[in-house]
Amino acid sequence: MIGALAVLLAFQLVGEILVQISGLPAPGPVIGMVLLLLVIYGHGALPDALRTTAETLLSHLSLLFIPAGVGIIQHGARLAGEWLAIAVALIVSTLITVAVTALVMQAIIRRQPGARRDG
Amino acid sequence: MDKISGIWVYLAASPLLWLLLTLVVYLAGQWLFRRSGGQPLFNPVALAIMLLVTVLLLTGTPYATYFAGAQFIHFLLGPATVALAIPLYQHRARVRQLLLPISVGLIAGSITAILSAMSVAWLLGGSRPTLLSLAPKSVTTPVAMGIAEKIGGLPSLTAVMVILTGVVGAVAAPTLLGWLRIRDEAVQGLAIGVAAHGIGTARALQISGLAGAFAGLAIGLNALLTAVLAPLIVQWLHLTP
Repeated sequence: MIGALAVLLAFQLVGEILVQISGLPAPGPVIGMVLLLLVIYGHGALPDALRTTAETLLSHLSLLFIPAGVGIIQHGARLAGEWLAIAVALIVSTLITVAVTALVMQAIIRRQPGARRDG
Repeated sequence: MDKISGIWVYLAASPLLWLLLTLVVYLAGQWLFRRSGGQPLFNPVALAIMLLVTVLLLTGTPYATYFAGAQFIHFLLGPATVALAIPLYQHRARVRQLLLPISVGLIAGSITAILSAMSVAWLLGGSRPTLLSLAPKSVTTPVAMGIAEKIGGLPSLTAVMVILTGVVGAVAAPTLLGWLRIRDEAVQGLAIGVAAHGIGTARALQISGLAGAFAGLAIGLNALLTAVLAPLIVQWLHLTP
């Protein structure tokens, strides 16, 4: 568990350093994710400890967003003034994005010869 | 009475109280969610945030004091993002098979997210800082804040938009995908991940490991893509100062 956590943090650190050096537009953790994927791929097997730690962390992913979400408290004035524009924009845009992404991806899968449609 | 208020003054300023309270409120949110039979409207994140905001307002606690404790949870977003490599590795065969649909779906979704958020808010009279803070709303928090800063939005406002977007996606996306008759879990996952990042991914992981893997993939790729696209779109719309 601790070893696996250290691995995750180490990849995040390398990702952050690479972003600092290269000025890539991506965040350090995303680069760390890509690097870890490549290393597991090269290694050819997924260590059990890493798998269980990742699964534990990801099963509580939504907890990790709460502290930033409580930051809503700092924006009371702006939200009170523009709540309608913000609320409608968030809801409409999120739903359209889900629909467009899903329909476009589905349409291309159906054109792919030999691709399964479901499952 | 003096003693009690003395204890409160001590605890309210210490990280321990706010860290513990965040965990307890999250557990309570999950309990309520399960008790409601998984009603999407009882989203555990939304419930937890509302409860915590109420407590902070009632006790007059500044956000900075709260965050001094909650930052230990916030910090785990980094390693959790790295951990998304694991479901991705486990479903590598399906990802490779769907490389083209993933790429095109992602590009379409990313552009839609930026343009639709800004145009709807603009139509309803949203101010310029609000429009710019909305642009990266479908991207995972730390990246979205970076993008907002770059294009002239308010990073802390963007963080809130990102969370609210995630909640909307987690609540509504599975129903919407049902209406659209999208049954492929890979497609469901990618769509939820592109639109609603990590909070959507948490929901997708409840659908299946495959949906979660594709949602996780979408978080990473959409973060990269929006970081490139949002500044270009803002420039194209002549919104830069």
